[in-house]
Amino acid sequence: MLHFIGRRLLAMVPFLLLTSVTVFTLIQLPPGDYLSNYAAQLAESSETVDQATLENLRQRYGLGQPLPVQYLKWMGGVLQGDFGQSFEWQQPVWPLIRERLGLTLLVTLSALLFTWAVALPIGIYSAVRKYSLADYLFTFLGFVGLAVPGFLLGLLVMYVAVTWFGQSVGGLFSEQYEGAPWSLDKVLDLLAHLWIPMIVIGLSGTASLIRIMRANLLDELNKPYVETARAKGLPEWKLLLRYPVRAALNPFVSTLGWILPHLVSGSVIVAVVLNLPIAGPLLLQSLLTQDMYLAGAFLLLLCCLTVLGTLLSDILLALLDPRIRFE
Amino acid sequence: MSTSTAAAPPPLPATRLADTLSPRRLMWLRFRRHRLAMLGLIVVGLIYFTAAFAEFLAPMDPNRAAARYALHPPQSITWFEHGEDGLRFRPSVPFYRMERDRRTLQARFVPDPDRRIYLRLFGEGDPYRFWGLFPASRHLLAPEQPGDPLFLTGADRLGRDVLSRTIYGARISMTVGLVGVALSLFLGVGIGGLAGYYGGRVDWVVQRLTEYVISLPTIPIWMALAAAVPRDWPPLTVYFLITLIVSLIGWTELARVVRGRFLSLRTEDFVTAARIDGCSEMRIIFRHMLPSFASHIIASMTLAIPLMILAETSLSFLGLGLQPPTISWGVLLKEAQNIRSIAAAPWLFLPGAAVVVAVLALNFLGDGLRDAADPHA
Repeated sequence: MLHFIGRRLLAMVPFLLLTSVTVFTLIQLPPGDYLSNYAAQLAESSETVDQATLENLRQRYGLGQPLPVQYLKWMGGVLQGDFGQSFEWQQPVWPLIRERLGLTLLVTLSALLFTWAVALPIGIYSAVRKYSLADYLFTFLGFVGLAVPGFLLGLLVMYVAVTWFGQSVGGLFSEQYEGAPWSLDKVLDLLAHLWIPMIVIGLSGTASLIRIMRANLLDELNKPYVETARAKGLPEWKLLLRYPVRAALNPFVSTLGWILPHLVSGSVIVAVVLNLPIAGPLLLQSLLTQDMYLAGAFLLLLCCLTVLGTLLSDILLALLDPRIRFE
Repeated sequence: MSTSTAAAPPPLPATRLADTLSPRRLMWLRFRRHRLAMLGLIVVGLIYFTAAFAEFLAPMDPNRAAARYALHPPQSITWFEHGEDGLRFRPSVPFYRMERDRRTLQARFVPDPDRRIYLRLFGEGDPYRFWGLFPASRHLLAPEQPGDPLFLTGADRLGRDVLSRTIYGARISMTVGLVGVALSLFLGVGIGGLAGYYGGRVDWVVQRLTEYVISLPTIPIWMALAAAVPRDWPPLTVYFLITLIVSLIGWTELARVVRGRFLSLRTEDFVTAARIDGCSEMRIIFRHMLPSFASHIIASMTLAIPLMILAETSLSFLGLGLQPPTISWGVLLKEAQNIRSIAAAPWLFLPGAAVVVAVLALNFLGDGLRDAADPHA
């Protein structure tokens, strides 16, 4: 098992390197850079531009030097935990990101839990009662869930909240807790706000998971061992949960590899709509203002989260299925 | 055949029927059985029809703004009117008077019982160039007095007709899917075909590449790419770039399908036979292998279109994709982003409903096609 994990971790290294090159290329793509835009802006409003400061920053990040040099400087910093300076916020990138990263993980993982909690039972039910009214209903709802983009769902939820309940539902905290230090009350307040983003983000992946679970279980239900167990007189629900559902879960776990990135991805847009203090809105803003190191750090970390998700699902899969371990 | 033979040949058993039909016909028969897929086909057809004839079907010029009609509520059509000679076909909509609240000065629209706006089928309206070529001014439905307000689904913040804008938006949003899929197909079939046909090292490289692209978090990468598109470029260029960006991620699924098929077909007897016959590589690929999984490709393509439509909508919604004055569903929804304006004017959701219906229909269609293409799936 350790051997397997070690091999997987090793395989991640070239992958992460490639990712960092991609991310760097991406943040370099827009013409011009923040500093020249910034200088132009200051010049426009006829403020004095402190050439020395600009030159200093330029030096520090190697702006104007060949791209590979810039990349190496950036990457060298990242490896030492220095993600660079955010131009717009005038402070190091890392503290800006740190708090948001934790909340991003929290929102994404709770969305994942929600997805599973909904998709598993419904998938099992749909498979056992194949072609029943409820099966058709869930299938149809699943399709609708696939078709409604996350941001639209977010807008709808906000609309309902504003017009029917007369309150706005954005954010993760009430106003009084926004900048407050962590306390029990703040956690409770967070939990009270968390369920809306959890549902809005989680629903997008639910439909496909229901379908996967249903298809997997349908494959298992007709196998002879199920018949044998039934013939031996096992109660139906016990039989179901003990044998075919366990076997059907196997491919289910392997979907974790893509459902997590999918959720991280999806949370970005929903977060913009629902005004959540997680990665999405800050990433969007940094992309729009060409705050390249902030954008780069976010992109890099989101990619890492994705890779981590894949790794996690691989390990889980190997735990569940010995054949994969000894491949 | 001689009639003297006593026994007529026994009727073909039912199972043999399948052998006598062409694969395409079989596929169609299987597809027909899929009710939802048929419904999807009809809806998708209607939407593309609407997109194609947008200028004629839209009641107004989508860019005609009038501040005094800002957030004008939807008017419902009354098709028939009671006259002296009984019921008469005379479509009309109520006229809304604008009133201002004395204290808050907020505009309110109230229906005027004394005045109606009469409509004419194929009436004269805002002039347009059909497909940018032929000048015309007929609309399917237009007010008898040109210039009268006609907002079947309400007006937006600037007093533009939401229905007309949604209809024009279909043109951009629905073709982003088509063009994007064409690009993905090119990439996917090219790259996937290469991997599947040659196998070995090429396959290894392509597989790693595909895995890499799949594992990237789609939306952040899209956002970063789209942010790099200069906002002041001409709309058509931006449109193609956004489509290209969307398809850059979408090709992987197609590549996987194509690769898998090529790998399994490579060792089939008919391919070996063709090779021994001295067919060129090109001929083997395009004449012998491709037709045998074309239906799969079509099904995967149909399922890829809605993803691209959603991608474009999301990007434009964030302000990273297409920019006004280009009209797409995402651009329209961006204008509905402000929750206060939506609370006051829920009809701004109409483009969102259009997205959902289009994506739903395409998904049903694609699902039916996939089932029809592969009875074993």
